[in-house]
Amino acid sequence: MSLEFSLLITVALILAVLGCLNGGVAYLILVERKISAWVQDRVGPNRAFYGILQPICDGVKLLLKEEMIPKYVDKIFFMIAPAIALITAFMALAVVPFGPTSPSPILIDYRQNSPTYELAVWPSTKSEYDAVIDADRSRALEKKSVSFEEQIKVYNSRIQFVLAPHVDIGILFVFAIGSLGVYGVILGGWSSNNKYSLLGSLRSSAQLISYEIPLGLSVLGVVLVTGSLNLERIIQHQVDHGWNVLFQPLAMVLFATSIFAECNRLPFDLPESEQELVGGYHTEYSSMKFALFLFGEYTHMITTSFLMMTVFFGAWHLPFITDPNDFSIFGIALKFAVAAGKTIGFIIFYMLIRWTILRFRFDQLMHLAWKIMLPISLASFTVLVFIVHFKPIGQESIWLMCPVSLAILLASGFIGIRLSKPTAHATKSKVPYLGHGTGYSVQHDSKIRLESSSR
Amino acid sequence: MKADEITWVKSPEFGVMDQIFLPAIFTGLVTTLTHMGSTLFGPKKDVVTQQFPEQRPHLPANYRGVHRLNRDDEGRVKCVACYMCSTACPAHCIDIVAAPSPWPDREKYPEVFVIDELRCIYCGMCEQACPVDAIELTTLYDLTGHSREEMIFNKEKLLSVFDKTVAMGTDPIRTTHGRLGVASEPASSGVTGSSSMQT
Ligand code: SF4
Ligand code: SF4
Repeated sequence: MSLEFSLLITVALILAVLGCLNGGVAYLILVERKISAWVQDRVGPNRAFYGILQPICDGVKLLLKEEMIPKYVDKIFFMIAPAIALITAFMALAVVPFGPTSPSPILIDYRQNSPTYELAVWPSTKSEYDAVIDADRSRALEKKSVSFEEQIKVYNSRIQFVLAPHVDIGILFVFAIGSLGVYGVILGGWSSNNKYSLLGSLRSSAQLISYEIPLGLSVLGVVLVTGSLNLERIIQHQVDHGWNVLFQPLAMVLFATSIFAECNRLPFDLPESEQELVGGYHTEYSSMKFALFLFGEYTHMITTSFLMMTVFFGAWHLPFITDPNDFSIFGIALKFAVAAGKTIGFIIFYMLIRWTILRFRFDQLMHLAWKIMLPISLASFTVLVFIVHFKPIGQESIWLMCPVSLAILLASGFIGIRLSKPTAHATKSKVPYLGHGTGYSVQHDSKIRLESSSR
Repeated sequence: MKADEITWVKSPEFGVMDQIFLPAIFTGLVTTLTHMGSTLFGPKKDVVTQQFPEQRPHLPANYRGVHRLNRDDEGRVKCVACYMCSTACPAHCIDIVAAPSPWPDREKYPEVFVIDELRCIYCGMCEQACPVDAIELTTLYDLTGHSREEMIFNKEKLLSVFDKTVAMGTDPIRTTHGRLGVASEPASSGVTGSSSMQT
C-alpha cells in the first residue's frame, strides 16, 4: 500500500498547465499594457477586436519576425540563455499547487508505547514495515479512527492539482530552481558581448543573490510553524489554523518585496531598466528568443504569485466559501476559482506597484536588502522561534507575532531615522547647508542662515 | 534679485511613516488606483489618448514639420537665393542653385531649390536664418513616401506645400503671428523693399 502515481493524470495536468500558462502569459502582457494605460490616463491597446486578439497578433508577429544574431556574440550561450530562462521558470511551477490539494497521509509509528512520533525513517525491511502498519491498524480499531491504509486509499482516489504531488522539499525546490533562473539572465547578458547587457546581467546576479536571503528567511517562519517544507502541508496547516498572513504579516511583506526583486519587477527592475541600459540583458535578442525571455519572466511572475497565495494566503481556502471536505466537481471548481482569484489579485497588485514606486538606485537596492530587510527578517524570525518554543500565552501564542511584527517594523523605522540624521560633526560644520546646487553665489543674509542653521 | 525675495524651501523631514515605506506605498497606490478608476469610469475627456488615424491631432502652430517655400503677393517665390539657410543647416540637406532674377526687384532667385526631407532633422535653423522669411516649417507631420527620391522635395513641391497649407489655414507661427522678419516689413522702414512695395 503506497502512494499511487498515475501517468495519465500527470501528463494531462502538465499539458493543461502548459496550455493555460501559454495563454495566460500572452494575456498577462495584454493586461499589463491595459493597466499601464489606465493608470496613465490612456486607453491602451484597443485595435484587433478591442484588444482581445492583440496577444495573438503579437505572438504571430514575434514568430514571423526575422531572427537576428549579431556577429560578435558567443553563439552557444546566446542560444541557450533564453531556453534556460524559460525552462527554470517552468520547472519551478512543478511543485506549486494551483488547485485543491490535500497533504499525503503521515505514517505514525505506534509500536513504541509512548509518546507516538512520526516515522522519521521509512522501515527498511518488509517485516518492519508490516509491524508498523499492524500497530497503526490496531490502534485505529481501538480509537475508531481512520487507519493509515484507509487514508492512503482516500488520498489516492483524489486528483491532486499539482504537477508533482507530495514533494517534501517543495518550497526548497522552488527556491533552488528559481535561483537557477539567474543563469538565463547572466548568460544572456554575458554572451551578448555588449556593455549594457553585461551591466544589466551583473546587476541582476547581485540583486537576485541578495534577495534570496530575506526571501528564504521570511518563509522560514512559515516552515517553522508548519513543521514541513511540503506546500500541501503548508496549505493544510493554514486550513486548520488560519492563514499565515494573519500571524506573520511582516514576513508576508518581506516575502512580497523579495519576490518583486526575484522577478525583476519594476521597483527592482535593474537588470532591464530600459531608461539606463537600453534593455539590459535582452538588448541583443530579437524575434522568438526575446519572446522566450519575456515568457520566462511572466511565468516567473505567475509562479511567485501562486507561491505567495499558497504560503501566506491559504491557497484555495476561503473561510465559509470553500469547504475542505467537499470533493464534488462543484467544490473543486470553487477551489480553483478561489485560487485563481487570489493569484490574479496578486498579479494585478504587481502591475499596480509598477506604476506606484520608482525604481531604486543600485546602492539603494543593496542597502534595502542587506541593511534593512535582512535584519528585520532575522529579528522577526528570532522572536518567532522564542514564541513557538516557549509559548508565553499558551497554545494561541502565535498570535503574538502580529503585534511583534508591527513593533519590529516601527522600531526599524525609528532606527532608520536615527541613522539618517546628520551627525553632530556635520551639523556643527561652519559652512551652512543651503540646499543642493547652491555651491556658488551664496548670499549670507540672516534669513538664509536662520533656515539653514535650523537643519 | 534681492535676498529677501528668495524663499528657501527645505526638503521635508523624513518621518517614521516615510522611513518604513509601507504607508507611503499605500498612499501611492491610492493615487494609482484613482487614476485607473477615473480612466475606466470617469468622464471620457480625462483620457488623453487620441485615436490617431481617425482623430487628427491639432498641432501647435510652432510645430516643426515639412518645409514650405513662401510665395509673395504676386505668387512668385519669395526666396532670394542668399544661401543663408543652406549655410545654417546642420544636416546639409538644402541644395540651392542661384540664377539671375527675372524680376527687377531682386538680384537672384533660386533656379533649383531642393531639400532632402530624409536628411533633415527638422531643427528649424533654416527658418531662423532666412532674411526674407521665404522658408518655413509647417505643421504637416505625416510625411511618407514610397522611395527615397520621392522624399527629395524640389522647388515646385515646396511651393505646393505653401499652397496646401494656406488653403488648409494652417499657417506656421511666423506667418500667423503677423510679425515676420525685418526683410518682410515695408520699404519705408529702410530695409530692402519687398516686391509688393514696388508694384
Ligand atoms: S530644419 Fe534644420 S536640418 Fe532641416 S533643412 Fe532646416 S536647417 Fe536643415
Ligand atoms: S535663406 Fe531664405 S532667401 Fe536665403 S536662400 Fe534660404 S530660403 Fe532663400
